[in-house]
Amino acid sequence: MFEDPAQWLPLVFAGLMGLSILIYVVLDGYDLGVGILFPGTSEAEKDRMVASIGPFWDANETWLVLSVGLLLVAFPVAHGAILGQLYLPVAIMLVGLILRGVAFEFRAKAEPGWKETWDRAFFAGSLMTALSQGFMLGLYVMGLEHGPATIAFALLTAICVAAGYAFVGAGWLIIKTDGELQLRAVRLARLALLLTAVGFLAISAATPFVSPRIFDKWFSMPATLYLAPLPLAAGTLFATVWLVLGRLPAADDRFRWVPFAGAAGIFVLAFAGLAYSFFPFIVPDRLTIVDAAAAPESLRIILYGTLFVLPVILAYSAFSYWVFRGKATRLEY
Amino acid sequence: MDPLILARIQFAANISFHILFPTVTIALGWVLVYFKLRYSRSRDLKWMDAYQFWVKVFALSFALGVVSGITMSFQFGTNWPGYMERVGNIAGPLLAYEVLTAFFLEAVFLGIMLFGFRRVPGAVHTAATLLVTFGTTLSAFWILALNSWMQTPAGFEMRDGVAHATDWAAIIFNPSFPYRLAHMLLASGLTVAFLVAGISAYRWLRGDREPAVMAALRTGVAMAAILIPVQIYAGDLHGLNTLEHQPQKVAAMEGNWQTGPARPLLLFAWPDEAARTNRFEIGIPSGASLILTHRADGMVPGLDDYVGNHPPVAPVFFAFRIMVGIGLLMLAVSWAAAFLLWRRGDLPRPMVRLLVAMTFSGWAATLAGWYVTEIGRQPWLVSGVLQTHEAVSATPAGMVGATLALYLTVYALLLTAYMATLFLLARKGAKPKEIDTGPTTHPNAFVAAE
Ligand code: HDD
Ligand code: HEM
Ligand code: HEM
Repeated sequence: MFEDPAQWLPLVFAGLMGLSILIYVVLDGYDLGVGILFPGTSEAEKDRMVASIGPFWDANETWLVLSVGLLLVAFPVAHGAILGQLYLPVAIMLVGLILRGVAFEFRAKAEPGWKETWDRAFFAGSLMTALSQGFMLGLYVMGLEHGPATIAFALLTAICVAAGYAFVGAGWLIIKTDGELQLRAVRLARLALLLTAVGFLAISAATPFVSPRIFDKWFSMPATLYLAPLPLAAGTLFATVWLVLGRLPAADDRFRWVPFAGAAGIFVLAFAGLAYSFFPFIVPDRLTIVDAAAAPESLRIILYGTLFVLPVILAYSAFSYWVFRGKATRLEY
Repeated sequence: MDPLILARIQFAANISFHILFPTVTIALGWVLVYFKLRYSRSRDLKWMDAYQFWVKVFALSFALGVVSGITMSFQFGTNWPGYMERVGNIAGPLLAYEVLTAFFLEAVFLGIMLFGFRRVPGAVHTAATLLVTFGTTLSAFWILALNSWMQTPAGFEMRDGVAHATDWAAIIFNPSFPYRLAHMLLASGLTVAFLVAGISAYRWLRGDREPAVMAALRTGVAMAAILIPVQIYAGDLHGLNTLEHQPQKVAAMEGNWQTGPARPLLLFAWPDEAARTNRFEIGIPSGASLILTHRADGMVPGLDDYVGNHPPVAPVFFAFRIMVGIGLLMLAVSWAAAFLLWRRGDLPRPMVRLLVAMTFSGWAATLAGWYVTEIGRQPWLVSGVLQTHEAVSATPAGMVGATLALYLTVYALLLTAYMATLFLLARKGAKPKEIDTGPTTHPNAFVAAE
């Protein structure tokens, strides 16, 4: 298998794309989540919430660009097939991303009376983006079919993904803020955690029944045994985060990172489960990773670039997080 | 309506909206670097003030560029699936390198550039500013390599109806690429020059004539006066290159139906596609021959040699005249303004008004230029390889139409808000400095909760 680049290169790219989506979901997840948590906060709190994500959101969204980019360049055929089926939710997501992305700037520069309008746009854009991404996830799990049942399921996943983002967002605020705002984030994190758990269970329960192939992958010996740690780990994580949230904020601000890390862990597990279910398909039950891939010579040239550039990107991203470490304070040019 | 037409309108609307903001950020980044360097050389606070003002415009433009760019990266898949299927092996790596080398660089260091002013040493901040700016220019490099390849493809072979790369250097440095890159970077420079001059002139009109405003006004005017002759020269070379590789496009630009010697340069005409001729022609005899071949009796290609294989004439013809017309206007205005500034040290009021009126002239010329280029490529999406109608997606027209209406509404609102905010910032800048806010605080300072 390793002699034939047409076999292994596509797998490498599927892995890179998965990694990129995962990083995106955690990173943009928290800044979208902060937007979702906007309503009900005071003006000063809103400023502080925005300040906590201001230096990062653009780089976070770039992981989305890289993910679609990799889908586009490594699996051109699948790209059309998937995005064609998701035309409307994609359009709604894009409008959501546009609204919130510009609201960052406009709310800070607008005429006094307009600030609330941009705050609302920021909230609405964040929520639209999260909901449409969740909707797309649901449709994808359901094999990209459009029926009443699949749409109902996608609506459920839409709400749960939004809750999941609100949860990491709250986790982020627990790290980056203190006082009233931090207390509020702790309260909201518990609520969001519950909703996320519902979504997690719903997707886990539904996935095996979408296709007999996936069912067999999960419920046949010995696969079931190997897979058992996955739900167990997820359950432990949910329980731990729940318990820790009950005790936050702790003295010296200890354990402030636990909810965020827990959220990241839960996303990783959910992602691993999905990846296992759908492998080797990229368009569920229709197109495999290998069949959808671009020509090996083109993949190879992207791979060289990626292997060289990715560590550099990670390094300077880390530098940026380091520069803006600590509690969020006022942002100035 | 036909889904193909709708998909084209949608793509054109999205990219037209997107390009407005890169055009600003690419060159404005370099202007900011210039302001910073002037400040660190002279320690004259006016340069810092100019930096403080224009970095806000940069941040705003960048945000709009990013969000509209993200839209663009989905559009290839949603609107033109056939494009990636046929030429994805070439387009893919170029787009991937843009994301990997340019987008992350810009996006990560933007945070430090905008908000790190007080958190990192001055040199690191300057380096971050430089990296962001370099990133925007690099991104123009990659995307224009791809666009130029679509105009003048090279370095590939077709196997089973799919393009495969054979020579990456030939793909990137395809025949029209150097001209397009130079012309576009200059277009960005001119757009920013008139934007900076125009907004500063607006502040001047409102009585705000601080040293920082005058410095920016001078910078804008000087930049315009220097770049415009270079742009006209580059445009001429670009046209000659197009004549060699896409003669039917040049024929449409000139509104020239018959191949022949001593063709006129049309100043105005109404191309009539049905009758395959022009009405109301006003032209300079032998002008086109002179410009394109540098000989009065030179042979110039005509559209009749390309029946069924040439672009729609009227839009290309008019867009070209709009671009060149604005270019000539830019030449006249910037040289006159530069001369007056040099001789009198200040500008007369009518000239200042004129500069305000030309604030967004760069946008108009840039869009017109891109319309020449892109409509002039029709009916091909990739010249000689893929026709536009072959690439369109099967999405129902209703859906494309509905999303198009949605995008257009959002874009109209945002463009209004963007322009209004620019002038609002200019008016705020004109207010007397508030006391007690320190030397550089400004409205974007988020106040901490405590
Ligand atoms: C000549 C320059 C130019 C042209 C023709 C285009 N772009 Fe662009 N784009 C830029 C120059 C640029 C930039 C200067 O690099 C931007 C603008 C502001 C910014 O943040 O980066 C950008 C941003 C930008 C982003 C957001 C990057 C981020 O997250 O930071 C994406 C995804 C795209 N673009 C994609 C595209 C696509 C798919 C295009 C073609 C169809 C395209 N752009 C045309
Ligand atoms: C940046 C400024 C640009 C502008 C203003 C612009 C404008 C346009 C316009 C007006 C059209 C519609 C032409 C027609 O259908 O008659 C179009 C089509 C298109 N352009 Fe561009 N374009 C730009 C850059 C690019 C770049 C950089 C790329 C790709 C690398 C690109 C790829 C395409 C594609 C794929 C189509 C659709 C197919 C077609 O109609 O030919 N464009 N563009
Ligand atoms: C006044 C003299 C000018 C001449 C002779 C000229 C010439 C040209 C030509 C021939 C093209 C089409 C190239 C092709 O598609 O094959 C073009 C495109 C373009 N022009 Fe101009 N131009 C001039 C001024 C300007 C100005 C003042 C601007 C903007 C400030 C501008 C911006 C553009 C842009 C953005 C494009 C599309 C990108 C490209 O193909 O390079 N041009 N120009």
